[in-house]
Amino acid sequence: MKRRVGFKVERRPVASGRVVFFVSLLAILAALVVAGIFFQIYGVSPIRAYQLILRGSLGNRFGLAETVRRAIPLLLCGVGLTIAFRALFWNIGAEGQLLMGAVAAAGVALFSGLPGPLLLPAMFIGGFLGGAAWGLIPAILKVILGLNDVITTLMMNYIAIYFVEWLIHGPWKGPTARGFAYTDTFPRAAWLPTLYGTRIHWPTLVLGLVLAVVMYILVTRTRSGFEIRVIGENPNAARFAGISQLKTTLLVMLISGGFAGLAGVGEIAGIHLRLLGPTHISMGYGYTAIIVAWLARRNPLAVIVTSLLFGVIMAGGDVIKVSLGLPFQLINVFNGLILFFLIGSEILLRYKISFFLRR
Amino acid sequence: MDNSEGYAIELRGIVKRFPGVVANDGIDLKVRRGEIHCLLGENGAGKTTLMRVLYGLYRPEEGEIILNGQPVHMTSPRAALNHHVGMVHQHFRLVPTLSVEENIVLGLDEGTGPFVNFRKTREKISSIANEYGLSVDLQTKVWQLAVGQQQRVEILKALYREVDILIMDEPTSVLTPQEVDQLFTTLRTLVDDGLTIIFITHKLDEVMQVSDRVTVLRKGKVVSTLPTAETDKPTLARLMVGREVVFRLKKGPIKRREKILEVNDLHALNDRGLPALRGVSFDLFGGEILGVAGVSGNGQYELAEVLTGLRKSIKGRVFLAKKEVTNCSAREMNDLNVAHIPAERIRMGIVPALSIRENLILKKYRRPPFSYREFLDNKEIEENAHRAMSDYQIAAPSYETPAKLLSGGNIQKVILARELSENPSLIVAVHPTYGLDIGATEQVRQILLAQRERGAATLLISEDLEEIMTLSDRILVIFNGEVMGILDAESADIEEIGLMMAGTRHKGEEL
Repeated sequence: MKRRVGFKVERRPVASGRVVFFVSLLAILAALVVAGIFFQIYGVSPIRAYQLILRGSLGNRFGLAETVRRAIPLLLCGVGLTIAFRALFWNIGAEGQLLMGAVAAAGVALFSGLPGPLLLPAMFIGGFLGGAAWGLIPAILKVILGLNDVITTLMMNYIAIYFVEWLIHGPWKGPTARGFAYTDTFPRAAWLPTLYGTRIHWPTLVLGLVLAVVMYILVTRTRSGFEIRVIGENPNAARFAGISQLKTTLLVMLISGGFAGLAGVGEIAGIHLRLLGPTHISMGYGYTAIIVAWLARRNPLAVIVTSLLFGVIMAGGDVIKVSLGLPFQLINVFNGLILFFLIGSEILLRYKISFFLRR
Repeated sequence: MDNSEGYAIELRGIVKRFPGVVANDGIDLKVRRGEIHCLLGENGAGKTTLMRVLYGLYRPEEGEIILNGQPVHMTSPRAALNHHVGMVHQHFRLVPTLSVEENIVLGLDEGTGPFVNFRKTREKISSIANEYGLSVDLQTKVWQLAVGQQQRVEILKALYREVDILIMDEPTSVLTPQEVDQLFTTLRTLVDDGLTIIFITHKLDEVMQVSDRVTVLRKGKVVSTLPTAETDKPTLARLMVGREVVFRLKKGPIKRREKILEVNDLHALNDRGLPALRGVSFDLFGGEILGVAGVSGNGQYELAEVLTGLRKSIKGRVFLAKKEVTNCSAREMNDLNVAHIPAERIRMGIVPALSIRENLILKKYRRPPFSYREFLDNKEIEENAHRAMSDYQIAAPSYETPAKLLSGGNIQKVILARELSENPSLIVAVHPTYGLDIGATEQVRQILLAQRERGAATLLISEDLEEIMTLSDRILVIFNGEVMGILDAESADIEEIGLMMAGTRHKGEEL
């Protein structure tokens, strides 16, 4: 008698928190294994590479600080995205919203002439509004004209990227930048304080943590949060209950775009101190934040953990560049793989697969 | 003739489990060649599951399928068709944008290479259609056909594939009484020609009318198999429900009160932008139930949507308690205390992933006591859930249970609890008992009658004529977006309603 392994697929009524955790872990492990192939192609043992990444991003003070500073923009963008995704608005445009937040804040820093203590608050407000405005355009286009949000938010990124390029090569190019495509350095009053000896601009970090908690309360305890969840879980029932799609969509994109804008403020006021090339400002934080929000299963509090995880990965990118001489872009491959396996693993949340021996 | 020779189908010990339920629990079924065999049972008794096992859509955990004395493995619908078993599903499996003949040959290898020889297939289809009186224009796109005609296409599809055994899953739920008669005639002809038909239903009248033998299922088990001629409706009902069934609802005499709803010359478009309502007018009074009878797709759903603010009318006026409410939004109608029990309870009536507690406040979360300013009051929301679950006997482990885990009857009770808790003046109820078992149906009907007693005006839209006849005080028949007439339910004749549903205008005086 030959024995072989059979399997059975069954629908899962509700996935428990434990199942969600282990399935997510499984997705990350699968991504690690496949990314290992790429390290192998470069002739680097994947195990050694992962050891180096872990040691470089968590094993010392400098690495830890870099992990946290990478996590800050991911936290802000990610928290905002959980809200948009909850309402089924597919905001792929956090990258552009971040840049427009940076542009607005740079404008305030360079040209407002506000007195010292008012400058940073004004930059954060301006940055929020800049990001929010950039996010509200696709929201309005979707609700009024029915345009696909994935396409419009994505395309708005490119407009933002080239707008920044134009500014720093053109009208905002700094007289003191000696021909480089930068703006002038911001006045001292526009610099965010950092933790001693690191690049952790802590006010932005605190803001991100507070907003994560506030958004959790919004989702679970308020009318608007209830409306967001109803629209996201069943748009037909929302219509039936008289919930306004316009109002809710505008609200989630105000939040999502605005938070990405705040992340942009943190980057230029905390790290770069000037407006510079878009790839230097962001390094794809807005895209990575999509994965951060998704891995957090759209829970704003869980974003605190997942943004740190991706902070590790991004800090690890610096390690593989410096210690192994491999391109930083490998990190993007890795991020892509995580998202790929994460979405693929959703089927395991809905179905249970059990194996058994059969004759 | 009790040897296996005479049986077209033998199912032995079929077991099919789903998480948390045993849908088929060791079912034995024998169907004789050339008979119409009814499978009778309440919703959830396992009829459809059993037939999906036979048709290869589900693999049973245990049991055997024997066709004409040969054990077979039904691994897919294609395998079933190879064994000459066909199925007409309750919800048709047709491609609306393709023509009738394209639908019929879809998936078959007719012609050479990638090309279909339509001249040849057309001949074969026509000859089958003529033989069994299943006339339908082959060139027409399926979406343009009435539901009854679509069903014919499904039957033609099966016959084209030369089936010997035809499974019909609740085929009458979408038909007018006349179309039902026509279907039964067709089925008789097919059986006379040697086909074997399994007919799934939960309607006792149909069993008595059409079948040779009947098998009653209850909770996944066979209760009994009987020759139809040797049984009667009360016996079957008792077997099906497992207890004596009282077919009488306590319905008091009508106490008509002031006029609540006035609809004047209402026009509206459907989702495709075609006219769905063409000048509908009627009055509705407190303390009465006005039934709306009509074949699916004749404007009754659009009517419900316009009256609940979900669809804009293009002409005409609506008054609620003498106040004009034409084209008010869903939120405004809700604030005016209009209750809506929607047709698709899972798609519209609830948010499946949210808890019972949250579903119960779906329309009330904006108002005290459930929220003050922006913040929800979870204590009030929980108390409300407690109250509703005991008042409406909602069976669930707790109010935190996601609504999607509830049975159809309990989901409907959640909706009723939410919609009726504030004593609405107008209730728009669409298919309120569709798909519910007898127990839940009785409960829902009692609840609607209690609202009538209280003085609510109820517009009852249903495709179940029996339901309309038992609950309504007056019956409005709608066809093609127009009112064919309004009859007094006491004296209404089902034949006449049937004719009006097919487009004949009422001759007598208007009520």
